[in-house]
Amino acid sequence: MKAFAKYLSLVAASIVVLLPLTVVFFAAFKTRAEYSTSGPLTPPENWFNFDNFVTAWSEGRMLLGFWNTTVILAISLTGTILVGTLAAYAINRFEFPFKRLVLGSFLVAALVPGVTTQVATYQIVKSMGLVNTPGSAIVLFLGTDIISVYIFLQFMQSIPPSLDQAAMMDGASRFTVYRRIVLPLMKPAIATVAIIKGIAIYNEFYIPFLYLRSPELGVISTALFRFKGPYGAQWETIAACTMIVILPTVVIFLLLQRLIYNGITAGATK
Amino acid sequence: MPWLYLLPALGLLITFTYVPVGNMLVYSFTSWDGLDVTMEPAGFDNYVRVFTDERYWRVFLVSGYYFAASFVQIAIALYFAVILSFQTRFRNLFKGILFFPYLLNGVAVGFVFLFLFQPGGTLDTVLGWAGLGEHTRFWLGDPDIANISLAGTSVWRFTGLSFVLFLGAIQSIPGEIYEAAEIDGAGRWHQFRHIIVPGIRRIISLSFILAISGSLSVFEIPFIMTGGANGTRTFVVQAYETAFQFRQIGLASAMAVVLLLIVLLVTWIQRRLVPDDEVTLT
Repeated sequence: MKAFAKYLSLVAASIVVLLPLTVVFFAAFKTRAEYSTSGPLTPPENWFNFDNFVTAWSEGRMLLGFWNTTVILAISLTGTILVGTLAAYAINRFEFPFKRLVLGSFLVAALVPGVTTQVATYQIVKSMGLVNTPGSAIVLFLGTDIISVYIFLQFMQSIPPSLDQAAMMDGASRFTVYRRIVLPLMKPAIATVAIIKGIAIYNEFYIPFLYLRSPELGVISTALFRFKGPYGAQWETIAACTMIVILPTVVIFLLLQRLIYNGITAGATK
Repeated sequence: MPWLYLLPALGLLITFTYVPVGNMLVYSFTSWDGLDVTMEPAGFDNYVRVFTDERYWRVFLVSGYYFAASFVQIAIALYFAVILSFQTRFRNLFKGILFFPYLLNGVAVGFVFLFLFQPGGTLDTVLGWAGLGEHTRFWLGDPDIANISLAGTSVWRFTGLSFVLFLGAIQSIPGEIYEAAEIDGAGRWHQFRHIIVPGIRRIISLSFILAISGSLSVFEIPFIMTGGANGTRTFVVQAYETAFQFRQIGLASAMAVVLLLIVLLVTWIQRRLVPDDEVTLT
């Protein structure tokens, strides 16, 4: 009886999660006429009707959206990893004045929610001449990232300093130690950061919406958001567009489940 | 020498976190529009307005819906984390399904739920099947219920995160403790009360902090789904409109400063109540 209640609740929760997505999936394959005559829970007549996807893909400029997202993602991730690992290396392996102050300034900054400061951040980005260039999103994704410095710093503590010292005895410079020893050993932490940061950037809406106003600079989120304007009443096309945005997330999740769970846990608890 | 390695991170931190916070404080005491060369000092006018003009303090009430929803979210997440930490068939499948919404793009989630809440849409159809047809409403159009619909969407989206965090914390409790408890004759409830709850106290308290700052900084769901119409304007939606549509940078900064102070205060209180040191079980 107890076991029955347990599985019942699990199945019920699964339905609540999946039903809203399933009906959108159904709608994406329906024709105009079919959509207006059939109920939302009726499966489409023809599962091979990809017309809505074609319309969404071309009219929604999804290719451009994916391209822009990919460029911003690649540069921001590389930057975050370099900036974060360098900072973690400096803090963990060097003694210098004001070290506690530096560490504290990262700590306090982690408490400031990014959305609250946008009013003022916008003025800074504007004064740099970056508004309406991909550079704005890139510097903000780099600059607002304190969690990754944290993850790198924690991981760094598990790399024994004796490795550095041995290499330096052999004449390696501090930078060579970073490049040849620390960076390769940081791989698991880099994977964690790449995953949580990658998902966050792919899903980010506020920053691209605020800073990348020109349609040419549309990323996935803003391309989908703008699509609703002209197609407001055509739900079958909006559904297809929504599915196009969701699909990569499904694939990534199925491939990298374990890494994603670990990454999310590491990112949120520190 | 270490400063060279620190420079990029520190430079970004100062430019995009500390300087904006400082500037925001300055702006909040002016009536600046973001364009003028000079800033007219305004004293505490902006702050007075945030707390006295209904349009501005009303958004705190809207946060209340999301805050209440986050209790629902934590309760659901805790329930599923506990049952899935024991032996269960299709465990990974259920875990994956429950977690998945958290990974989805916010705009996509907004559209999925706009579709669900449409008049004659999925929710109305399901209610009809269940014989509750007369209870259908304008889920997003009726100001009495719109915030509840949006807060519900937020629960759907974020429960997976709390769930995975709780599950991770429960699984890091060593198995021998359960075995010892079972030998001592402790039932499931006792195991939950005396082993699981203390073991995940820290993560639960962290979840409440995230709930408070999260419910104050809700933006995407109302902005995408209703645009703040029908009484669903949240703090950040209001601040966004004030700053970027009405160009009242001073006023918007005052709002942001108030929000920031609340978040910092709440975090400070949490740190005092639940010290950071790990709870020991032995």
